[in-house]
Amino acid sequence: MLTLAIRRLMAALPSLVGVVIVTFLLTRALPGDPAAYFAGPAATVQAIEEVRQRLGLDQPLWVQFGNYIGDLVRGDFGTSLSTGQPVGFELATRLPASAELTLLGLLLAVVIAVPAGMVAATRPNGWFDQAVRVTATAGVSLPTFFTGLLLVYVFYYILGWAPAPLGRLDIFYTAPPHITGFYTLDALLIGDAETFLQALSQLVLPALTLGIFALAPLARITRGAMLEVLGSDYIRTARAAGLTPTRILIVYGFRNAILPVLTVLGMVLSFLLGANVLVEKVFAWPGIGSFAVEALVASDYAPVQGFVLTMAVLYVGLNLAIDLAYGLLDPRVRIES
Amino acid sequence: MKRREFLKASTASAAIASMPWNPALGQARRDTLLAISENGPNNLDIHGVGTNRPGYEASWNVYDRLLTFGVKKDAQGQDHYDYTKLEPELAESWNLTPTSVTFKLRRDAKFHDGTPVTAKDVKWSFDRAVTVGGFPTFQMRAGSLEKPEQFVVVDDNTLRIDFLRSDKLTMPDLAVPVPVVINSGLAQKNATAADPWAMEWLKGNTAGSGAYMVERWVPGTELVFRRNDDWKGGPRPALQRVIWRTIPQAGNRRALLERGDADISFDLPNKDFNELQGNQRLSIIGTPVENALQYIGMNCAQPPFNNVKLRQAVAYAIPYQAIMDAVVFGRAKPMFGGRPQAIDASWPQPHPYTTDLDRARALMAEAGFPNGLETTLSFDLGLAGLNEPICVLVQESLARIGIRTTINKIPGANWRNELLKKSMPLITNTFGGWLNYPDYFFFWAYHGQDAVFNTMSYKNPQMDKLIDASRFSNNQAEYEGLVKDFVRLAFDEVPRIPLFQPFLNVAMQRSITGYRYWFHRQLDYRQLVKA
Repeated sequence: MLTLAIRRLMAALPSLVGVVIVTFLLTRALPGDPAAYFAGPAATVQAIEEVRQRLGLDQPLWVQFGNYIGDLVRGDFGTSLSTGQPVGFELATRLPASAELTLLGLLLAVVIAVPAGMVAATRPNGWFDQAVRVTATAGVSLPTFFTGLLLVYVFYYILGWAPAPLGRLDIFYTAPPHITGFYTLDALLIGDAETFLQALSQLVLPALTLGIFALAPLARITRGAMLEVLGSDYIRTARAAGLTPTRILIVYGFRNAILPVLTVLGMVLSFLLGANVLVEKVFAWPGIGSFAVEALVASDYAPVQGFVLTMAVLYVGLNLAIDLAYGLLDPRVRIES
Repeated sequence: MKRREFLKASTASAAIASMPWNPALGQARRDTLLAISENGPNNLDIHGVGTNRPGYEASWNVYDRLLTFGVKKDAQGQDHYDYTKLEPELAESWNLTPTSVTFKLRRDAKFHDGTPVTAKDVKWSFDRAVTVGGFPTFQMRAGSLEKPEQFVVVDDNTLRIDFLRSDKLTMPDLAVPVPVVINSGLAQKNATAADPWAMEWLKGNTAGSGAYMVERWVPGTELVFRRNDDWKGGPRPALQRVIWRTIPQAGNRRALLERGDADISFDLPNKDFNELQGNQRLSIIGTPVENALQYIGMNCAQPPFNNVKLRQAVAYAIPYQAIMDAVVFGRAKPMFGGRPQAIDASWPQPHPYTTDLDRARALMAEAGFPNGLETTLSFDLGLAGLNEPICVLVQESLARIGIRTTINKIPGANWRNELLKKSMPLITNTFGGWLNYPDYFFFWAYHGQDAVFNTMSYKNPQMDKLIDASRFSNNQAEYEGLVKDFVRLAFDEVPRIPLFQPFLNVAMQRSITGYRYWFHRQLDYRQLVKA
């Protein structure tokens, strides 16, 4: 197991190096000029040159790259020009916000999609199967910002059930002390039920938006995998042996169908981290996605590089975790490796 | 409030009866203003490199200046700053002579950390503004404030400013957001050898004496202000706290206002402001932005638009009324269909052109383009909500006189760079000057010095002579004559075609009163009252 983990991590190194080089070059290839942007509306050509020098952008590209790598080795991601903060600090404070939202969204999707897919597989093409198909397809076809706005319109604007889409907390609450960075968890850890409920209520709509988006792939793959498994010999044997339908479905059926579901789960999670960008915009969520988009608009290099690098590391970690989970769930994988 | 009841109920049902609902929240809401906007500040220091407009708002409320402007009622009966009336803020009184001005500072004024405000702090702050370069230095220069030697400390409470030349903009330039007074002792304590002006530290920390102090700043999310009860620069503000949250989505900003959860916002599309006008719970105020115009600019330095007749043809082919109706929904002042001469020495005023396609076609033929021409029409994607529909309407109308245009969308980060190159043949853009003088506008936008705002590269020695003479004229009648002359010249030669004077729109709850329009187009919390 450990050797597998190390081998996988070593294999990921070249891709990380590639990501560092490509993002550096791509940000430089963007059409915008950060010096002109940050010199302000009244800048003269000379003022822009001054700003360019101060930002170190007048240096040849390879010198800039050398500086960037040198800073990176020391753990310095540079400073964001649009928020004025160190990028490392921004990412560290914003990543938990995105992660909390994404994980809850994924959890909602799993809780709804997996049972729905299982039930749908028991009666393929029955009314429930059709209903799941329509709902899931609708969810994935709607762009997330649209679903988000629709939910805000219905549940906040018309019905008034949801809290105002003002970000992670209502304006009169202060954030709980930083333990995990997840407001709900941190509030629970210090036993502050009021803040916990407030943070949770702010999370519901954005998480639901993400969850709806993720329903389709999860429900479809669960259904497909279950159909295949339920048609196999050992299920027929189990039925013949007189086991209860629930036991067959969950213990013998789902246990064997879980691998493809897990693979798709990994893909969906990476997908959601991307879809997050728009949801964060709609719900004023201070996550890394909205941060990266704002930086991109301003040609602010450091945050874009930091964001892409963070995401690359996250993907590598995620893939590794899923590979390891395979081994735990399926003895065949363990033996082969 | 259903949400509160829901939370209350769920708190109770979660059997956490020992956590009663905090009754202080209701009280806090009444004393607190919740302002929402699309972007938050990137820097709390107005002298910073690339400080954005929201940063100006933070600086305006946290720092004091020596002078401020008085107030008047505008045509709609709303409070409007008065650029003709200078009033004391940190200064108590001043003595203006032709060669210098001497300020007496308030003796009781203190910075937020309790140290008294002295002339030394004022000098340090002004030296900083004229030295650090970029926008603050540029703005100081607009008032002939250029060298540290001009600022002389006479004693602890007296500061003299020596003039380089007689410039009517010097005094008003001391009341704009740039010449803030910084606590020099505190700033110097946090300065380094590489950063003698404490640019790094003042980015995220404040050292002012203003009416509000920064309680908490989470960049990109929120900025929380608390009232400075010791403020001496004016009457004590009514609001105890101001919470300013960034809400990137325009639809949500509208929803928050309509539901009564947010108190005030500038950042809504014109269409929303128009629709909200009937709303019983909100008041909507639109004030024409002084000395600002949205325009179509034509590059006079290169063919084809170096041809006056062609420029006039374009001016007769712009669908002015359609732009007023379909793009700004009437929330702007029309700037077309005026008289051929300037009616008075004011600016902006309507130009004589109207939509007249027959006349435009005749001028096209006269200009030597009977078969039309092809060109590109560029705009800043950062303001696409306004620029894109304007360009589409203009494109459609120009096609009818044979000018076939391709629309070129330029990303916000690149727009200024493209402007500086001065190679785009046809653009739409907006320009406004802080100081409300026609000659100030013309100096930046029409003068042959070819500043970035003269986006048309328009050069005419006659125009330059008129503008230069008016800037330093001390005779009112002569000044007005010069202004009328250069306005008329701008009408005749039309290097840029003004479309409309934009409004600064604001939507707020009816319970909010005391809103005042400021030339810097940011919110001043000090006059606001929440009933």
